[in-house]
Amino acid sequence: MTTQDVIQVILYFALLIGLTPILGNYMFKVFSGQKHFMLPVLGWLEKLTYKITGVDSGEETNWKSYTFGLIMFSFIGFVFVYLIQVFQAHLPLNPANLPNVSWHSAFNTSVSFMTNTNWQGYAGETTLSYFVQMIGLTVQNFVSAAAGIAVLLALIRGIARKTTDKLGNFWVDLTRSTLYLLLPLSILFALVLVGQGVVQNFKHYETVQTLQGAQQVIPMGPAASQIAIKQLGTNGGGFFNANSAHPFENPTPFSNFLEMLAILLIPAALTFTYGKMVGSKRQGWTIFSAMLILLIAGLSISLYAEYSTNPIFGHFHLMEGKETRFGITNSILWATATTSASNGSVNAMHDSLSPIAGMIAMVNLMLGEIIFGGVGSGLYGMVIFIIITVFIAGLMVGRTPEYLGKKIEAFEVQMAIIAILLPNLVIQLFSAWASVSNVGLSSLNNAGPHGFSEILYAYSSAAGNNGSAFAGLNANTVFYNLTIGIGMLIGRFGVIIPVMAIAGSMVKKKITPLSAGTFRTDNGLFIGLLIAVILIVGGLTHFPALALGPVVEHLLMNSGITF
Amino acid sequence: MSTKLNTSLFNKKILFQAAKESFIKLNPTLQIKNPVIFIVAIGAVLTTIIVLTGLLQGNFSSFNLQIAIWLWFTVLFANFAEAVAEGRGKAQAESLRKNRTQTIARKIQGKQEVSVNATELRKGDIVRCLAGDVIPSDGEIIEGIASVDESAITGESAPVIRESGGDRSAVTGGTKVISDWILIRITTEPGNTFIDRMIALVEGAKRQKTPNEIALSILLSGLTIIFLLVVVTLPAFFGYSLSASGLPMSHNLTIPVLIALLVCLIPTTIGGLLSAIGISGMDRLIQRNVIATSGRAIEAAGDVDVLLLDKTGTITLGNRMATDFIPAEGVTTEELANAAQLSSLSDETPEGRSIVILAKEKFNIRGREVHQLNATFIPFTAQSRMSGVDLKTDDKTVHKIRKGSSEAIRTFIQNNNGFYPQEIQNIVSELARQGATPLVVAEDKKVMGVIHLKDIVKGGIKHRFAELRKMGIKTVMITGDNALTAAAIAAEAGVDDFMAEAKPEDKLRRIRDEQANGHLVGMIGDGTNDAPALAQADVGLAMNTGTQAAREAGNMVDLDSNPTKLIEVVEVGKQLLMTRGSLTTFSIANDVAKYFAIIPAIAISLYSGKNGVGPLSAMNVMHLVSPQSAILSAVIFNAIIIVLLIPLALKGVRYKPVSANAALTRNLLMFGLGGIIAPFIGIKLIDILINL
Repeated sequence: MTTQDVIQVILYFALLIGLTPILGNYMFKVFSGQKHFMLPVLGWLEKLTYKITGVDSGEETNWKSYTFGLIMFSFIGFVFVYLIQVFQAHLPLNPANLPNVSWHSAFNTSVSFMTNTNWQGYAGETTLSYFVQMIGLTVQNFVSAAAGIAVLLALIRGIARKTTDKLGNFWVDLTRSTLYLLLPLSILFALVLVGQGVVQNFKHYETVQTLQGAQQVIPMGPAASQIAIKQLGTNGGGFFNANSAHPFENPTPFSNFLEMLAILLIPAALTFTYGKMVGSKRQGWTIFSAMLILLIAGLSISLYAEYSTNPIFGHFHLMEGKETRFGITNSILWATATTSASNGSVNAMHDSLSPIAGMIAMVNLMLGEIIFGGVGSGLYGMVIFIIITVFIAGLMVGRTPEYLGKKIEAFEVQMAIIAILLPNLVIQLFSAWASVSNVGLSSLNNAGPHGFSEILYAYSSAAGNNGSAFAGLNANTVFYNLTIGIGMLIGRFGVIIPVMAIAGSMVKKKITPLSAGTFRTDNGLFIGLLIAVILIVGGLTHFPALALGPVVEHLLMNSGITF
Repeated sequence: MSTKLNTSLFNKKILFQAAKESFIKLNPTLQIKNPVIFIVAIGAVLTTIIVLTGLLQGNFSSFNLQIAIWLWFTVLFANFAEAVAEGRGKAQAESLRKNRTQTIARKIQGKQEVSVNATELRKGDIVRCLAGDVIPSDGEIIEGIASVDESAITGESAPVIRESGGDRSAVTGGTKVISDWILIRITTEPGNTFIDRMIALVEGAKRQKTPNEIALSILLSGLTIIFLLVVVTLPAFFGYSLSASGLPMSHNLTIPVLIALLVCLIPTTIGGLLSAIGISGMDRLIQRNVIATSGRAIEAAGDVDVLLLDKTGTITLGNRMATDFIPAEGVTTEELANAAQLSSLSDETPEGRSIVILAKEKFNIRGREVHQLNATFIPFTAQSRMSGVDLKTDDKTVHKIRKGSSEAIRTFIQNNNGFYPQEIQNIVSELARQGATPLVVAEDKKVMGVIHLKDIVKGGIKHRFAELRKMGIKTVMITGDNALTAAAIAAEAGVDDFMAEAKPEDKLRRIRDEQANGHLVGMIGDGTNDAPALAQADVGLAMNTGTQAAREAGNMVDLDSNPTKLIEVVEVGKQLLMTRGSLTTFSIANDVAKYFAIIPAIAISLYSGKNGVGPLSAMNVMHLVSPQSAILSAVIFNAIIIVLLIPLALKGVRYKPVSANAALTRNLLMFGLGGIIAPFIGIKLIDILINL
C-alpha cells in the first residue's frame, strides 16, 4: 500500500465516524417527530402525502398492523415493477426499443428491488428501458430503503417504550424517511455526481467510431439519480451492467470516494439515532464500534491477502478484474464496504478477488449483513445478534437476561433464532441444490472450488439481501432467477417478521431499572462478546462450506493451482 | 433433617442407582423430552444399524462401531447426569417418607371424637391432638397451646411452641405434639400437604421447566436445527468438491461420519446437563432448608433487585441490649451500674439480662444471689411500666430501686416527692433521637441515671448488605419504629432505604410500587397480615414458624425460620442462572476446536495430488494422527466432557457476590475462553491416547 492509500483509508473512516453523529442526530429529530431544518422546506409535502393517501398521521398501530402495512406495500411495489417489465416494449421512454423482459427475470428483478437487494441477473443497458429503471427501480430504491428504516424504527420503539402495544405508524415512518432523508440526500449527491461527470439524460444510445475504427455503442440514460440512491439506500443496483466500474457511473477518484462513503453513511448514522432513541448514546456507539471493528478486521485481512506475494506470478498486485483506475486499495475498500453494508454495488469484480478477500466478502454476506448492513436492516439484524448475545451471556451474571431493561425471554429467543435460521436455510439448501444439479452447474464459468464459491456467493448475496455477485455465474436462467428470487424474499421477510414480532413483544414489557446487577451492554466487554457470538453463531455454520470453497482455493493457489 | 438432607454429592448408592436409571431413560418417550440428546440417540441408533448391516454384509467397520459406542455413551452420560441429580432428591424424599407414618386422627364430629385415617381428612375438618400424637395433616391451631417436635421437617430437635391466635398458629402434618393438647382446623386436602409437596419437589416428579430453561431449550433446539442443516447439506458440497478433484462419488461422506460431525456441533454438553442443573438448584435450596413451591421461584430469586427486610430478627438481633450507663449529676457510673444491676437481677427478659452482664463487664459487679439480699422483686407490669427490687437493709428501712421508661420513673419519683431533673430528660431525648431506648433508674426519690438500651445490628450484616449492593440489589428495612429510630438503625446497618412505622398494607403498597417501576421484589414474612404482601412479592419467603396463611401465600418456606435466609435464596437463584449460562457458553465455544478436528479429517483427500493428502490438511492444526482418530477423538471428547462437568452442574459454578460485570468477566474467561481452548487440548490428548 502506498502512503496515499493509507491516508485515504484513514480519511474514509474519519469521515464516517465524524458524519455519524451529525446525520444520526438529524434522523433522530426526523423520526421522533421533532422540529428540524427540513420541516419548513418539505413539511407541506408530508402533509399533502397524508391527505392524498388518507393516512391519519397521529394514529399508531401494534406490530401486526405495522407489519401488514409493510408487507402490503412491498407486495404492491413488486407487482408494479413486475408488470412494467413484462410490458416494457409497450411503455414510453424506451429509446433502445428493448423487448419485454422474460417472466422469470422480471420476477427476480422485482423481488430484488422490492427487498432492497438489487441483485441483477440482467444487464441494465441491454434489458431495461429508462421507464422501468426510473419509475420501477429507482422508486423501489427509495421505498425499500425507507421500509427497512421503518422496521428498525418499530424495533427501537419496541425497546424504548414500555407497557404499551403501539409501535408507531408505518406510513408516517415510510414517508418521513423518504421525504426528509433519502430524497434530499440523493438530490444533493446526484448533483455532485453530475458535477463529476456521471450522465443524466434521456438520450438515445450513441454509436461512435473508436480510434481503432470499430463501432461502439455508448449507453446513455438518467444514471446519476439512480446511482445516488443506489449508494445511499444500500441498494447497489447499477444503472449499467458494470455498476460503478463503469466510467459513466463512477468517473473520478472523488466520485469513487464519495460513493464508497455513501454506502456506509446512513447505516452508520442509524446507530447514533438508535442510541438517542433508546436514551443512551453509548449504546449506539457500542454497536457502532462492534460494526467498525468487524469492518476493519475484514478490510485488513482482505488487503493483506491482496498485497501478499502471489505464489504464481510472484509480484504484488493482481489487477485483473480490479478497479484499474483507482487501484487495489480502493477496490478492496469498496468490496468490503459494499458486502458489509448489504449494498452490492461494485467497482471491481468480486470474482477476481484473491480467495481470502473473496471469502471475507462472502463472510460479510453470510453473517446476515449486520456490519453496518442495509439501511435499517443492518441494525435490526444486529439487534437479533445482540439478543442472542445478551441471552447467552446475560445468564452468566445470574439474572434473567435483559437488554436495555427489557427481559429477553422464550419468545424473543425463538424469534431471534428464526431470524438467524431462515437466511441460513437459503444459503445452505439452495447452494447444496445448485452444486449437485445440472441446472445449477451449467451456469458456472469456473471450475473447482472457485466455481463452488460462485454458487455460495450468489445465495449468500440473496439471503443477505446484498445483491452483489461473484460474477462468473450466469444467473439469468429460470433456475437461478427463481431460487435466488425466493432466497431474497426469505432473506428479507424471514427476518423482518420475527423482528417485528420481537418489537411487538418487547414493547409490552416493563423496563427494569439499571443497577450494578445489570448486564452491561455498553462497554468494551460487550463489544468483544457480541463479535464473538456473531462469528461463532453466525459464522461457524458456514465453516465447512467456506473450507470447501475459498479456503481450499487459497491453499491450492499457494501451491500453484488456480481455477 | 438439615443433616439428613445433606446427602453427599456422590455416594455409591446414588451413583449405582443413577447408572441403572440412565438405561431406563433410553426409553424414547422419556428421551424425547431432551431434544438435543434425542438427536444424539437417533444418531446412535442409525450408526448401530449401519454397523450391524455392515456386519451381515461382511464389511464390518470397526471405526463405525467405535463411533456408535461413543454416541451411545454420550446419550447415557447425559441420562446419567440427570439421574444423579434426581437420585439425590430421591434419597431425600425417602427420608421424608419415613416420617409420614400412617396416622390415626381424632376428628371432632359434633361433640364426639371419632378416629379416622389421616388420609380421609378434608379441608375444614377439626381434629384434636394430644401429647404423643403425630399431627395428621397441615392445619391451624384454633384452640390450645402445645410444644411440637418439628424435627421431621426442619431437622431441628428442640421442640417449638405452637398456639392458637397470633403468628405461631400453623402446624405441619407429620410433626409430633410433645406436651399439652391442641385443636386443629385442617387447611389442606390430602396429598397436597407440606410434606407431600416437599417429596414431590425433591423427587422432581412434578418438575416443570422454568421460563429461562424454556428459553434456553429453544436456543439449543434452534442451534441444533442450524447445525443439522450444515450436516445435511455437506454431502452436496462435498460431492461437488469430489467431482472437481476427479474423485469418485463413492468417496463421499458416510452417514456415521456425518452423524459424528452433527453430534460434535450441536450443544450436547449443555443439552445433557440442563435438567441436572435445574434439579440441583432446587436441591441446593433444600440443603439450606428452604422449600420452594416451584423452580420458577428460584429463578425469580436470581432476578430480585429489591429486598424488603424486617428490622427485628433480620437486621437487628431480636432484642435490645444495654450498651452504656449514663449517670445523673452527683452519681458515679459505678453506683448507677450497681443500682441498675440490682433492679434487673430477677428480670429474665433479654434486656434485663443484658444489663446484668454489662454491669459485670464494666465494673466487675457480680450477679448476687437473690435470696442473700433479703429482697423483694417487683416484676414488670403493664400498669406500672417499671420493674425493680425492694431491698430491706439491716436497719429495716426499705430501698426501692426501679427502672423503667422515663414517664413511669418520673411518676415514681414525683410520688416519692423527689425531683426529676431536666438533665435526665435531655439525655432521654437524645438517646431516643439516636434510635436507642433509654431506661431510667431511680433509687427511692433520687434519679440515678439512664441505661442506654440499643438495637444491636447483627454482626456481619453491614458487610452482607454491601455485597448485595455490589450485586445491584437494593435493601429496604421495614420497621414499626418511628422515623428517627429507623433512620439511625438503617444508617448503622447500611441498608439503602427504610420504611418507618410500617403497617402490613404499607408493605403491600411498597411492593406494588417497586414492581410498577420494573423491580422484582423479595420479602420475608410470617404473620397472617403479611400474606397479601408475600403473595404479591416475586419471591415471598415465609417462615416455617409463621401462620398457615403466610406459608400458603409465599412461594418459598424457610424451615429454619431464619430471616437472613432470603439473602442466601437470592444467591442460589443467581448461581443457578450463572451455571446455565456458563455451560451454554462453554458448549457453544467448544465447536471451534471440533471443526478444526473434523473438517480437515473428512476433507483430506480433496484436491489431493498423488500422495492422497490434499491442501485442507493444513487446517489440521492439532496434528491429529489420522482422519479416523481425529473424528473419534472429537466424539469421545464430546461424550466425556459431559461426565466431567456433572459435578460442576450439581454444585453450580463458584459464586461470589460481585457486580454483574465482574461476574461476567470471570465466567467468560473460564467458560468462554476456556471453552475454546479446552477441547483443543482434550481432543489432542485423546488422539494421542487412542493411537498409543
